[in-house]
Amino acid sequence: MSDNFDVATIGSEYKYGFVDEVKPVFKAEKGLSRRVVEAISYHKGEPQWMLDFRLKALEIFESKPMPKWGGDLAGLNLDEIYFYAKPTDKRDARSWDEVPEEIRQTYERLGIPEAERKVLAGVGAQYDSEMVYHQVKEELQRLGVIFVSIEEGLKHHEDLFREYFATVIPPEDNKFAALNSAVWSGGSFVYVPKGVKVDLPLQAYFRVNTAELGQFERTIIVVDEGAEMHYIEGCTAPTYSTDSFHSGVIEIIVKEGAKSRYTTIQNWSHNMYNLVTQRALVHKDAYHMWLDGNLGSKLTMKYPSSYLIEEGARSDILSIAFAGSGQHQDAGGKLIFAASNTGGSIVSKSISKGSGRSSYRGLIKVYEGAKNVKVNVECDALLIDEESRTDTYPYMEIEDDTASVGHEATVSRLNDEQIFYLQSRGLPEDEAAALIVRGFIEPVAKELPLEYAVELNRLIELEMEGSVG
Amino acid sequence: MANQLEIKNLYASIEGGEPILKGVNLVVPKGQVHAIMGPNGAGKSTLGKIIAGDPSYTIEKGEILVDGENILEMEPDERARKGLFLAFQYPVEVPGVTNANFLRLALQAKKGGEVGVMEFYNKLQKALEVLEWDESILTRYLNDGFSGGEKKRNEILQLMVLEPTYAIMDETDSGLDIDALKVVAKGVNAMRGPDFGALVITHYQRLLNYIVPDVVHVMVDGRIVTSGGPELALKLEAEGYEWVKELVVAGS
Repeated sequence: MSDNFDVATIGSEYKYGFVDEVKPVFKAEKGLSRRVVEAISYHKGEPQWMLDFRLKALEIFESKPMPKWGGDLAGLNLDEIYFYAKPTDKRDARSWDEVPEEIRQTYERLGIPEAERKVLAGVGAQYDSEMVYHQVKEELQRLGVIFVSIEEGLKHHEDLFREYFATVIPPEDNKFAALNSAVWSGGSFVYVPKGVKVDLPLQAYFRVNTAELGQFERTIIVVDEGAEMHYIEGCTAPTYSTDSFHSGVIEIIVKEGAKSRYTTIQNWSHNMYNLVTQRALVHKDAYHMWLDGNLGSKLTMKYPSSYLIEEGARSDILSIAFAGSGQHQDAGGKLIFAASNTGGSIVSKSISKGSGRSSYRGLIKVYEGAKNVKVNVECDALLIDEESRTDTYPYMEIEDDTASVGHEATVSRLNDEQIFYLQSRGLPEDEAAALIVRGFIEPVAKELPLEYAVELNRLIELEMEGSVG
Repeated sequence: MANQLEIKNLYASIEGGEPILKGVNLVVPKGQVHAIMGPNGAGKSTLGKIIAGDPSYTIEKGEILVDGENILEMEPDERARKGLFLAFQYPVEVPGVTNANFLRLALQAKKGGEVGVMEFYNKLQKALEVLEWDESILTRYLNDGFSGGEKKRNEILQLMVLEPTYAIMDETDSGLDIDALKVVAKGVNAMRGPDFGALVITHYQRLLNYIVPDVVHVMVDGRIVTSGGPELALKLEAEGYEWVKELVVAGS
C-alpha cells in the first residue's frame, strides 16, 4: 500500500486529460443526418441489411423525445457533435507494432500493453470511432473464443452476429439506444463457446481523442452454456472546454449454467456526456454480475440491467459512483424477474463532493407467476460536505406475492469523530477522509481485480485532496 | 522542559459553551505513570481529548508542552507524530478498513516512511501475544461490530504497535470485566519503561490495582485539587470524593 499516499500525485487532478496530435483519416461532417449514417456504413463496407437497420433506427431516434427525467441534457447539442472519426485505415491490428505510433504511445501511457502482458486474456482498444487493436491469447483462440471488434464480428461471423445483434436491446428501447443503433461504431464482439472458462479478464479500452466527438460503441457478448468470462471496459478522454458524448449499447447473453461478469471503470474527463444502455439476458441457472464504477464524466445516465428469464438465474449489480464538483452521476441498476426461483441484489455506494450530485435510480420488477424470487437492494450515499447532494429513486414493481424483497438505504456525512480518531493515530486529515471513503466503498471495491482496486483507491485519494477542513 | 508532558494553566470550553477546564496544571515525566481520578463531570475526559487535539473544544488560555514544545497549534495527526496517543473512552468504528491496513498506515504515518512487512508483522505478533488475542482480529474492520471489551483491547493493540512516548488512557477500564481489565493492564504495563509516560484517567481505583501509578492526581471542577502516591487512590475509594470537593471550596 506504499504508493497509496504518494504526495507527488496529489493535486495533479485528471491525469488522462492529455491530447494526442492525431488527425483522423476521415471525419464525418458535424451533426446527425441520413448522409452521416450512410457515410459510416460506407466506410465500414457493410451489407445492405445493416444500412437499412441503421436508417430505420435513425427514424426511431428522431421520433422519440429527449428524456425528461434523470440528468440535465440541455447542454448536449447534437448539432455540435461529430458522429464518426476514423483514426486510421487499419482496424483490429493484431500487434501493437501495427498501431500508428502516436496512438500506440497513448495506450502505453495508459498502461494497456503492459496490463495485457501481465493480467489480461485479451485486449481491445478503441480510439475515437474505431477499434485500432484487438488481440486475444492464442490458447483461447484455439478453444474457439472470439474476441474481435464488432465490425470484424459482422464481417467474419455474420450468422452468429445476426442471431444476437439488437435482440437484447432493440432500437425502440430508448432514444439513445436508437441513436447508437443508427451510428454505432467500434465495440467488441465476444463469443465464449460451451464449457470454455476464460480465467483472466478480457479488456476493452475506450479513448476519445478528437474534440466534440461522439463515441458509440456497440458490444455483443455471448457466453454459451457452462462457459465463464469476465469483461472489463475502461474509458478516458482529454479534457476539452467543449463537450463530448459517449453513448454505448452493450448486449449480453448468458446461456444455461454460464457465468459472466462485466466490469466498468468509467473515468471520462469532466466534459463528457455518458449515456449508456447495458443489458444482460440470464438463462437457466446462469449468473451475471455487473460491476459499474462511474468516476468521471459531466453527466452519466447508466443503469445496467439483468433480465432473469429462466429458472435458477441469478444476477448481482454492484455500483460505485463518485460525483465531484460539476458532476452528476445518475446510476443504479435494474433487475427484472420473469422466471421462478431466481434471485439477485443491487448494492450501490455513492459519494458526492462539492457541487457534485449522485443519484441512485433502480428498478426491481417481479412478474406475476415468477415464484419465490429473492432480491435485496442496498443503497448507501456518502456526502463529503454541506454543498454536495444525493437522491434516491428506487422503483419496485412486485406482481407476485411469493417474492422476498429487501430494501435498505442510508445517507451519511463524512463523520468528524471518525476523522479525529484516525488523525489521532497520525493520519493527516485528507488521508483520514480518503481512508473512510475507501472503507465506505470496500464492499463493492473488493470485487474488483487488484490492479483496478489500486487505481480506484488512487483516484479517490486524488479526489479527496483538499476536500475537508 | 524536555522529557515530560506538561499542562500549564489550561482553560478550555466546549465550542461556544460552558468552561470545562479552569486552570489545569500537570506534569507527567517520561518514565512515569500518572493517574487522574475524579467525580463525573470533573473534566478528566475533556482533558484527554484536548491533549489529543479534539477540534470540538476551544482553548481559552494555557499551554500543553510535549518535551518542551507547545503543541496547541498542531493538528491531531501532528501531535500523534510527536509521540502522543489517546486511548479513546469510546473508540470509533470505521467500516470497510481492516485493522491490519489501518495499523500499517498509522505506523507509516508515525514513522514518516515505509514499514517493512516483517517488522510490522513481528510487532503485531508480540502485541497480540501479550493481549491474548487471535490474529483474526487483524482482518476485521476497525472496531466495526466489536464488543465494548474488544474495542478497549484494540486501543491497547494500537498503543503497543504505535509505541507513543506519552499515552493518555481515557477510562480504558470502563465496561470491562475483571479478566479483560487484567489483559488491558498487561498491555499497558508492557509499555512501561524509561521512554514511556502515561496518564491514566479513571473513575475507579480498581484499574490502579493492575496499573500501579507513580502519582495520583485528583481533578474536581476543571482543576487538579490534590496529588499524591498510589495510597491517594485507595483513600478515594474508601472515603469517596466528598472530602476533595471540600478542598475545592476551601481553595477557591
